[in-house]
Amino acid sequence: MSDSAVPEKKWITPFNVFAAVVFVVSLPLIYLRWFHGIGSVTNLNQDVPWGFWIGFDVMAGVALAAGGYVMATAVHLFGMKEYEPVVRPAILTGFLGYVLVIIGVGFDLGRPWNAPHMLLQPGLASILFLVGLHVGLYCTTQFVEISPALFEWLGWKKWRKIAVSITLGATIFGVILSTLHQSALGAMLLITPTKLHPLWYSPFIGLFFFVSSIAAGLAMVTFEGMLSHKFMGYRVGIDQDRLDRITLGLGKATCITLGTYFAIKLLGVAHGHTWSYLGTPMGLWFLVEILGFVLLPCVLYLVAYREQRPKLVRFAAFITVMGIILNRLNVSFIAFNWQLPHDKGYFPAWSEFWISMLFVTAGIVIYRWIVSRMPILDNHPDYGSIH
Amino acid sequence: MSISRRGFLGGLGVSALAAGSTDAEPHTEHSYFEVPDERYGLLHDTTLCVGCRSCEAGCKEVNELPPIERPIGDMAVFDHERRTTDTELTVVNRYTVDGKDIFRKHQCMHCNEPSCASVCLVKALVKSPEGPVLYDPDVCVGCRYCMMTCPYYALAYEYSSPNPRVMRCTMCYPRIIEGKVPGCAEACPMGAISFGKRSDLLVLARDRIAKHPGRYVEHVFGEYEFGGTSWLLLTGTPIGNLGLGSLENVSHTPLPELTKSFLSIVPLVLTMWPGLLLGFYAFTKRRNEVSEEEARARVVEALMQADEETKTKLAAAAERAGKDKERAIAQAVKKALEEQAAKEGSDE
Repeated sequence: MSDSAVPEKKWITPFNVFAAVVFVVSLPLIYLRWFHGIGSVTNLNQDVPWGFWIGFDVMAGVALAAGGYVMATAVHLFGMKEYEPVVRPAILTGFLGYVLVIIGVGFDLGRPWNAPHMLLQPGLASILFLVGLHVGLYCTTQFVEISPALFEWLGWKKWRKIAVSITLGATIFGVILSTLHQSALGAMLLITPTKLHPLWYSPFIGLFFFVSSIAAGLAMVTFEGMLSHKFMGYRVGIDQDRLDRITLGLGKATCITLGTYFAIKLLGVAHGHTWSYLGTPMGLWFLVEILGFVLLPCVLYLVAYREQRPKLVRFAAFITVMGIILNRLNVSFIAFNWQLPHDKGYFPAWSEFWISMLFVTAGIVIYRWIVSRMPILDNHPDYGSIH
Repeated sequence: MSISRRGFLGGLGVSALAAGSTDAEPHTEHSYFEVPDERYGLLHDTTLCVGCRSCEAGCKEVNELPPIERPIGDMAVFDHERRTTDTELTVVNRYTVDGKDIFRKHQCMHCNEPSCASVCLVKALVKSPEGPVLYDPDVCVGCRYCMMTCPYYALAYEYSSPNPRVMRCTMCYPRIIEGKVPGCAEACPMGAISFGKRSDLLVLARDRIAKHPGRYVEHVFGEYEFGGTSWLLLTGTPIGNLGLGSLENVSHTPLPELTKSFLSIVPLVLTMWPGLLLGFYAFTKRRNEVSEEEARARVVEALMQADEETKTKLAAAAERAGKDKERAIAQAVKKALEEQAAKEGSDE
């Protein structure tokens, strides 16, 4: 544990006030949603069945929670021990991210209480079935992966030993599940060739989602490392210098991933012969996405790594995260239904944004509660590193 | 042997017959849904439709939905293109082509290979052998993936209900199995909607095209589109003019086929990933072990080398010490001799 003293508990902080406002305003919205239907709090319509909740809470949420499997693979499978300090925060973020995705889906489902039918009469031809099953299994796997921290906190040595002993198996299982459901989220759109704009529709869309999830995960870990250091500094087990070195390393990895992603996105355009769409308004929007939010951060990462500027890496990570969110929103409802007349279009209601903000805020509050108690950002003095 | 040959020839015969019949459909090897030839269908002939919306009223009546808001004959309803909703399972829209009003009825098309049913993760939507796609709200989880995937925008949702259902034309399944005609077809005063066996309807459609040259586009929409639909559409103008622009010249491949290549990757990943990842793990573990071993070996070597150097130094020191001693003795002897000589010299 860090030597610096735990700061005195102050309840009235700007963030706590913000969180309280978010929670209180959400209460009537939650009531409306469950007692007066989805339509009472969303702008969804008969042509647009998936809106901001699916695009942000689910599609972007799952991608941004990819840090868990990416870092676990790097450290536990590829032996990159220098990144060990960020594995537990990444897995915790991933786990909480998936829990919130599941709750978010619950809000969007019309009849979530029928979910057990998924196991009683599974629609095996449905890629959504694959996503649902894998998200559930992966959430459990991530709980197993993060459980050593819980057992260390509780002092349950025997349980901790068992949990640590299955780290390798859990990591491999997690990577398999992640590969499949990250790509499956994209592959769900394979069946909508007439509805998703040709620049986004591609037989490679599953691959696009998978590769971009790696970049999203890495960028989130970078971003989150900075935030933890800034706001939870008293718990962080490593100094700024080591964090900067980790940040630069993550930046290099994200740079390569984004470069690959950009290249395969171009391959998608070439494969689909959709160059002619680039000159249309939707084409310009596509260029904004892949030039401004994929190529630009890729170049920024490159410059940051060459000039050893961790701050620039963090800025590039921020743009990368925004780019992934933009891509998932595009696929879910902006580039989707692109041929519908504009008066039939969709723009999220403020209550849709608000409920999504509730999930993000709840995630931060729970994260803070856990890391201020359990050995996530630092090592427990009795155990140290698991390697 | 003979059986297998007869089976082989029989198979040939069937495919030859199918190729010769008017009901020839593109053969898809992988079918999610059984589509017997005896299934039902409906044909809408837009050249006979006058836009009276009796079908809408009939549909509302048999489905016990609130009656149509604007009365039959109120043409203002056509000012905006409408789509099906949770209370309007079928809608008629007006399209003006070359100054002429054309009316097209829209509803769930009841695909032969419905994408909505293939994407349903709880099998709440199923294709019945009789033709209609059926929906069971008691298992539906309300994910609305079916609505996302429907290329005809024919599914609607009860957004204002806390216990919402997907709402769509049922092709009047309960009436069909009772031997009755669907509500819309029964209500149509113009004979623009025909109900019957799908194969018979295709014959009827081709017959009309042949008998009235110039009246129809030589294309029965729904015969092959995405594997075909139970509702068929006979028009006098390309369907692009009738609000179906995104569906002109679409593939004959059923939509569920498009997800097959991805689904086939799943067992591959399940099989390959553990081996590959364990391989990587073993590789990095071995690499770490080797580097650790090498590091250890280097330490031992360094120690040994240090040891060796010490020995040499000691030997050298001993030698030096020995030499020093000899030199000291020699010097002492020399000194003594010199002193002796000096003494002897002073004595002389």
